[in-house]
Amino acid sequence: MTLQVENLKVYYQTLRGDVKALDGATFTVEDGEIMGLAGESGCGKSTLNNSLILLKPPMRFVGGRLELDNEELPVWDMKKMNNFRFKKISTIPQYAMDAMNPTRKIGKMTSELLGSRKIDFKNILPELKRRLDLVELSYDVLNMYPIELSGGMKQRMVMVLSTLLNPSLLIADEITSALDVSTQKAVAKMLVEFRDREFVKSLIVITHDISILYQIADSIMIMYAGKLAEKASTEVIINSPRHPYTKLLISSLPDIGVKYSQKKLKGIPGKPPLLLDPPTGCRFRERCPAAFEKCLNEPPFIEIEKDHFVACWKEFKKNA
Amino acid sequence: MLKLEKISKIYKTGTFGGKELQAVNNVSFDVKGGEVISLIGESGSGKSTIGKMILHLISISSGAIKFNGIDISTLKGNALKDYYRDVQGVFQDPFSSYNPIFKADRIFKIIREEFFPEIKNPEWKKKIDSSLRAVGLNPDEVLNKYPHQLSGGQLQRFLIARALLLDVKFLVADEIISMLDASTRIDVLNLLAELKSRGLSILFITHDLSLGYYISERAVILYRGCIVEIGPTEQIYYHPLHPYTKLLIASVPRLDKKWEEVEVKLKAKYSELLTGCVYYERCPFADKDKDCAERPPLIETESGHFVACSHYMEVNEHA
Repeated sequence: MTLQVENLKVYYQTLRGDVKALDGATFTVEDGEIMGLAGESGCGKSTLNNSLILLKPPMRFVGGRLELDNEELPVWDMKKMNNFRFKKISTIPQYAMDAMNPTRKIGKMTSELLGSRKIDFKNILPELKRRLDLVELSYDVLNMYPIELSGGMKQRMVMVLSTLLNPSLLIADEITSALDVSTQKAVAKMLVEFRDREFVKSLIVITHDISILYQIADSIMIMYAGKLAEKASTEVIINSPRHPYTKLLISSLPDIGVKYSQKKLKGIPGKPPLLLDPPTGCRFRERCPAAFEKCLNEPPFIEIEKDHFVACWKEFKKNA
Repeated sequence: MLKLEKISKIYKTGTFGGKELQAVNNVSFDVKGGEVISLIGESGSGKSTIGKMILHLISISSGAIKFNGIDISTLKGNALKDYYRDVQGVFQDPFSSYNPIFKADRIFKIIREEFFPEIKNPEWKKKIDSSLRAVGLNPDEVLNKYPHQLSGGQLQRFLIARALLLDVKFLVADEIISMLDASTRIDVLNLLAELKSRGLSILFITHDLSLGYYISERAVILYRGCIVEIGPTEQIYYHPLHPYTKLLIASVPRLDKKWEEVEVKLKAKYSELLTGCVYYERCPFADKDKDCAERPPLIETESGHFVACSHYMEVNEHA
């Protein structure tokens, strides 16, 4: 089991109190699993990413236990985490296109980066070149400044850099959102290939585009307002979702072949609650078409079928 | 209503502007009243440049854009202002379309100062109310707020409401939903479709084909500044003729079908192929002996469906 997270709580400290951006997340990512993480903006998906890789103020670690490869992951300790970052756990940030130092040539930057982890650039150069071949970048990029590369090329360069030390877990945060469809597809396929070639053991892919996840992910986890709503295998989430939020989210996606004049799609009315002072009970209650009195209590995140977790009272009732 | 006649745009690039970049190349199409046209292409295909030229934000290098028969590049002063009464744009990033120092409804005040100085206060308020309701916002909830207090979807609808205040006939919608969440995205799309039924023409610029299909009657596929295919959306989606359109449609992530094992070539060799087919380097059907060394003209294959490919027959058989 690569990553095990138990009841992780991370709040943002503000002058008006804590913003409960991630409030009790429990999940596991298996070896070789590509887990997709989806939800609306502000639901806590990027907070989850940041708390696994760089938990810095105003973020505050409130509680929870994390294990990576059966070893405790001390996310609350900036210094101790240095032993894990880049080597064991790595990220491709949302701003991957601007992630490289603009004042250094890419090769020089890479060597400095490796130097900071006390790894010799020369030893790793052959492997680096092999991987550049794989993502169809020429070796010349190492002698170029980031500004000389196109957006897609920079993205691929950062992908190679992030995975250079074969981390156990790679988190890709919205890396395909700024790309157009044909490049998007190539980048998504590359993520799968990196997993297949065991450059990374497992992956968390964060995006708000569920259709991308359907193409590449093994399992999908849906978040809503800082809580986990549902987690199951990709097929199950897409074809037989159980949480009302997941159902609405999937039905609001336009597909090729759907036309306004023939079938009018609906969005989800209302907006997510403010997390500064979230309502008690189920956080989706206000927008949920199926809400009933029990929803005033908070639903637990329970496994209703094998590997299918849901946090919704209605679904527990059906199964009971 | 709006007619683009062989327009081109050449940007000067390089340190001293010595190099030239042809962003838009000989593009012609027209938009009729009450019609939604999608302009689809990848980044760098010139789709936003076309939008900006229509909005008179950048100059046209050659060709002409005619709005109801009048060449817009000659408009100045009051005539230009009248043009903006009819034609408005909404852009991709709603967050940077506002000045964060002022309240978001300042955009309405500016419209009033510029275009309607004669309207009295109560009447103006009514006008704002009705246009906000038309875009599905509750005026009490959204007026008098700063941009950071409103969500992306609300800000985007604010901008559409602003265009409605002017009673525009033509809206340039440049990637207006790519920054919004899936749940609010569809609301903005439905809003556009509703406005269309009221007679508004929309140029819907996007890179997402499924969104384009959802609301538009015709689609224009751009590749490196050239139109490669244009036609009714059904034809384009179900019977694409150009290899590039085929690639685009195969790459759209779908929920009912997984991607086929089609290799996407990333290495687009940007050679200065000034005369040949723009898609030559990436095209699986390309063959120099055939007519690819010369730029293929747009050929009408069915009524209203044009394609710029010299061997579209072969492409079609292949599928």
